Amino acid sequence: MKTETFSYLPPLTPEQVRKQVRYILDNGWIPGIEFTAQPGPQNTYWTWWKLPLFNARTPDEVWAEIEACQAVHPDCYIRLTAYDSSRQVQAMSFVVSQPGVTT
Amino acid sequence: MMNPSEPLNANPTSTTGGNDRPLFDAGVKDYSAAGRYYYDIGFQPSENHVLAAFRITPQEGVSFAEAAAAVAGESSFATWTTVWSDYMVDAARYCARTYDIKPVPGRDDQCIAYIAYPLDLFEEGSLPNLMSSLVGNVFGFKPLRALRLEDIYFPPALLKTFQGPPHGIQVERDRLNKYGRPLLGGTMKPKLGLSAKNYGRLVYEALRGGLDFTKDDENITSQPFMRWRDRYEFVMEAVHKAEAETGERKGHYLNVTAGDVEEMYRRAELAKELGSRIIMVDYLVIGFTAFASLSKWCRANGMLLHAHRAMHAVIDRQPHHGIHWRVLAKWCRIVGADHVHNGTVVGKLEADRASTVGINHMLRKDYARTTECIGYHFDQPWLSMPGMFPVASGGIHVWHMPDLVAIFGDDAVLQFGGGTVGHPWGSAAGATANRVALEAVVQARNEGRDILAEGPDILKQAARHSPELRAALDTWKGVTFDYETVDKPVLLTT
Repeated sequence: MKTETFSYLPPLTPEQVRKQVRYILDNGWIPGIEFTAQPGPQNTYWTWWKLPLFNARTPDEVWAEIEACQAVHPDCYIRLTAYDSSRQVQAMSFVVSQPGVTT
Repeated sequence: MMNPSEPLNANPTSTTGGNDRPLFDAGVKDYSAAGRYYYDIGFQPSENHVLAAFRITPQEGVSFAEAAAAVAGESSFATWTTVWSDYMVDAARYCARTYDIKPVPGRDDQCIAYIAYPLDLFEEGSLPNLMSSLVGNVFGFKPLRALRLEDIYFPPALLKTFQGPPHGIQVERDRLNKYGRPLLGGTMKPKLGLSAKNYGRLVYEALRGGLDFTKDDENITSQPFMRWRDRYEFVMEAVHKAEAETGERKGHYLNVTAGDVEEMYRRAELAKELGSRIIMVDYLVIGFTAFASLSKWCRANGMLLHAHRAMHAVIDRQPHHGIHWRVLAKWCRIVGADHVHNGTVVGKLEADRASTVGINHMLRKDYARTTECIGYHFDQPWLSMPGMFPVASGGIHVWHMPDLVAIFGDDAVLQFGGGTVGHPWGSAAGATANRVALEAVVQARNEGRDILAEGPDILKQAARHSPELRAALDTWKGVTFDYETVDKPVLLTT
């Protein structure tokens, strides 16, 4: 599957994901975690892992939520989103975890 | 009914009104004459005036004041001579006024004239009407050696009579599910001669390799070698197959430019029926009326609209005469497309960096300020009219990626035509090379790295995981287009 930003790079390592989270938080954006077993061009709404993390302050706490989601849904694709509430637009989205892929 | 006994030629030949004063003040007056309004330095435009900045080169012996007043007059109320019917309207209400004049640095034969037009001069929601005044007959006026419209300001009352882009940047991103990076496109080459089936193959290869969009060339419509219906059908099969394989939404800009508007609609309807997400049109070539109609069709039918600017350089490249590209771009947002081509700075086509960046801001921001929009003369509030994607296209390749991301930012479409199809292993590999390069640069930027200084290193590092990128870097190493820009922005001293 080749969808979402960064899908043509090698799977991001936890450290690389943390750096992107840092960028999201530094911009004042809201990180969010979504998962699905069936990604594809027809699938807009992946399932939310909790609500968007409105109060997240550090990359570590966001990464901990990604790991928690992985543990409960090991057969799912997981993506990290960023929402910019001042412009009222989604700012980022990329896959951080795929079934059977470890980094 | 006319009384048959009344002589047909009943007008008296006297030019006076029963006393010694003339019936009216007939004859030719200076445009800048006192008592006329065309030259009114210090006049304060109201919040409802349309403002224009013209670069004027008067003929020898014509003063800046007279030339500027003539431009204001000829683009609004004036006729060359006084006419009796002038006395039946309130000239003060309809005259455009030159309210300021600035010198052009280094050119003592030119000035910039600022002219305010009353709102009543213009029909709501009609750019052609405004163009017929501001860029109409006045451009052929003999006392002027050359005339150029440098910028125009739309007051909120007029701006709000236009709807702008059918969807805008964010709706397009949501429809395509693509966030946090520029979009990646490619024009299919060769421009002309391929059969519909072979053309569809090109589209399929480029999309499955990693492009978001492929594009018809501006002069592909429905020629004998490939009729439009055949192209649309093969292309959409290719798009759907690439989407299914990659799991990613994709599109091909089907060019609907045609010889008449009815045919254009016919093509747009089939594009929709086949499930296309986007169509394209040559917006200057078809004219602003047809462009406005197509824009409305796209809004009504949920279709994204890509505007190609073929013919723009005829109008905008001469620094002294014509209409600046920044104005044509502004008009494109007002009338409404979701994408429009802008310069690349680094590619094969004319565009200096400051102007290109300034125009990107004007196309995307909700409040475009002259401090950021270099070369513009007026701040322009857009009042929530959607922004549009500038498109960088023409002679760009993987080595340009760090510059392009730095210049254009995320909300742009970067189009690699030759830079995709020209890859030594074919278009799928070319597309992958571009996508890898783009994502590596975006990742590095987000990590806080200096993508301009470290650009080549970032690309070489990414190529370690991508043989496609490695081959592309080898193919286009050292290919640049370094020529002097013909149309440089006028930087006014303030």
